[in-house]
Amino acid sequence: MQRREVLKAGVGLGVFGTLIASGLVQPRLAHAARQMENAFQAKSLEEALKAVGASGAAASNDIVLTAPDIAENGAVVPIELESKLPNTEMIALFVEKNPNALSAVFHFTPEALPRVKTRVKMGQSSDVVAVVKAGGKYYMTKKEVKVTLGGCGG
Amino acid sequence: MAAGPMRIRAKIDGETVNVRALMSHPMETGLRKDSSGNTIPAHYITEVTASVNGKTVLTAEWSGAISTNPYFEFDVKAKAGDKITLKWVDNKGESKEETIEVK
Repeated sequence: MQRREVLKAGVGLGVFGTLIASGLVQPRLAHAARQMENAFQAKSLEEALKAVGASGAAASNDIVLTAPDIAENGAVVPIELESKLPNTEMIALFVEKNPNALSAVFHFTPEALPRVKTRVKMGQSSDVVAVVKAGGKYYMTKKEVKVTLGGCGG
Repeated sequence: MAAGPMRIRAKIDGETVNVRALMSHPMETGLRKDSSGNTIPAHYITEVTASVNGKTVLTAEWSGAISTNPYFEFDVKAKAGDKITLKWVDNKGESKEETIEVK
């Protein structure tokens, strides 16, 4: 019985491996189950905003984007995002001049407050953009962060 | 650098619980080159899921632009005795899960 299950698992992996080898399943897609995959692949801010569905988002003062004016180390730039808009479902964070503008997307249920804090890499001085989806509509705000030492170099 | 343990702190703040997590992960973008000019393969967390007593309350989708050894802070509706679980999955299919009881 045990041996059979092991064999079955082996065959399963074999089929999967064949699919990857034949190009039917891309290894990247096989693991990355990101809903926003297309937006993460986008290069420019404009393309990424479009892929998220947030083109033409209205500027809002109800989004609090806290980031340093000057980041000495671009490898670790602290960012806090908070939405004061009712029914916030999503907050997305973009760094305009990074190779791929979209950095992170946060999805909230009513059981979580629409506020997160994290740290991002910035290759150079850039606008940081926060987009909020609330009640089915998109809103945005941005802030310029000057980077003294870029965080994406080797 | 391989992925390592995760540290979580949960602190009651009125009706909600503030959760602070520090994950151990290289967060390689796939755009960097090593000293001999070879591209360092992408290796970063793609998804983070937070749940309270087994129910998902917050999910995050990340790119390689999140800093190495990611810091993640958020607030959930929870109380003393609740169990908060944080799980990440990376682009190689590796994952890590940690649960903390709110005190």
